Amino acid sequence: MRRIQCRTITETVASLFQDACIHLPPDVVASLKRAERMEKSSLGKQTIETILENIALAGEERLPVCQDTGTAVIFLEIGQDVHITGGDLTAAVNEGVRRGYDGGYLRKSMVHRPFSARVNTGDNTPAVIHTEIVPGANLRICVLPKGGGAENCSRLSMLPPSRGSEGIIEYVVNLVDECGCNACPPLIIGVGIGGTAEQTMLLAKKSLLRKTRTHNADPEIKGLEKKILDGVNKLGIGPMGYGGSVTALAVHIEVFPAHIASLPVAVNLQCWCSRHREATL
Amino acid sequence: MLVLAAQGGDALSTKIKRIALPISDRDIKSLKCGDSVLLSGSMLTARDASHKKIVEALAGRTDLPFNLDGQTIYYTGATPARPGHTIGSAGPTTSSRMDKYTPMLLEQGLKCMIGKGRRSAKIRQKMLKHRAVYLAAVGGAGALLSRTIKRINLLAYPELGAEAVYRFEVEDFPAVVINDIYGGDLYEMGQSAYRKD
Repeated sequence: MRRIQCRTITETVASLFQDACIHLPPDVVASLKRAERMEKSSLGKQTIETILENIALAGEERLPVCQDTGTAVIFLEIGQDVHITGGDLTAAVNEGVRRGYDGGYLRKSMVHRPFSARVNTGDNTPAVIHTEIVPGANLRICVLPKGGGAENCSRLSMLPPSRGSEGIIEYVVNLVDECGCNACPPLIIGVGIGGTAEQTMLLAKKSLLRKTRTHNADPEIKGLEKKILDGVNKLGIGPMGYGGSVTALAVHIEVFPAHIASLPVAVNLQCWCSRHREATL
Repeated sequence: MLVLAAQGGDALSTKIKRIALPISDRDIKSLKCGDSVLLSGSMLTARDASHKKIVEALAGRTDLPFNLDGQTIYYTGATPARPGHTIGSAGPTTSSRMDKYTPMLLEQGLKCMIGKGRRSAKIRQKMLKHRAVYLAAVGGAGALLSRTIKRINLLAYPELGAEAVYRFEVEDFPAVVINDIYGGDLYEMGQSAYRKD
């Protein structure tokens, strides 16, 4: 049995959010540089240059890369031999969000009563927390500040199983065609396939934590990722929707078995500002 | 980069137009979709919650604490400023959420909007009728855009925090014309030029 203090969790969550909002992962920056070389439209190329310049400036000045510092999404992988002490885990995570957003000069974007009064909660809590119990004695914390513009373009469909992989390609490409230009392309497209309605969306979200442009280990799924990416980049939406050859940087697919009657597919779009950080305690 | 291109004599600089805000009718006539512009002068900020308040005030025949006639609205909600800074990151938000409220603002004389993403067909029609333009700034480029914001003043609705209405004084704020007054739409034209079916 290993003890982990709530205080340590709070401090870790706070610093992970601050770092995530200021520094993009190196693989995301590398993908954007590659996109800049590949982009055929001069306005599109110029747009990616602006994005790269913005990323560099944010790091130098310790400013958030984007003003939408997001909903605080957190994935916790808790080793089954870990004992969390010194308080309540959920409260400790939310306290980390509160301190991270306040101390890091990050924008607080959460509102109470989203269907009516929409009053800002003032500290960007509550966080959206996903926990998983795993073997071992470690606690892995991944944070993903998720901007509202791209999240609004998420979609779920329970496809008829007869539609198969062709149906999935069509569904994802059509969704990007419809609303991709609002989601700040070049995009990273998270896709969940299988499971149940709620689980397939979680698969799509979790796929965004993967290193950009690394493929699913399964060759068939990797092929599907490539086909969707190809289809999306033929749409011509381009960087920020101004027209161009690079609409998406990557497609990440995660798959789970499904019921004999079902083929759930979920799409969670990530803007180019793909922010995530992790730490293992 | 748009700023650097303008200063560096790049081939693109010939296409970059410098526009003073509040925007003149003459400048509005000169803008074509796809043009890169550098804006200097004053603009207002408003996004979801402040648009709702503005429209409620207008519907209730209450005077607004600011004048919209001839103005530019930038759809943004900045991050808090670090000590010693004017403002935090301040990039554009998705404009279509403001579509529901925009007709009433156009009737008040609003001439220019800056955000990101498509406007509805209805709003594009209304913009043509009122001879107003819609521009986009690079989404997510909040750090870079904040550098062009030299002064800010809180004008209304302080209770809305980041969603309050501010007046920004900007210098060389980079944007791209999406909808001009001739019916052009960069999202449609740009995509159709690169679409491979």
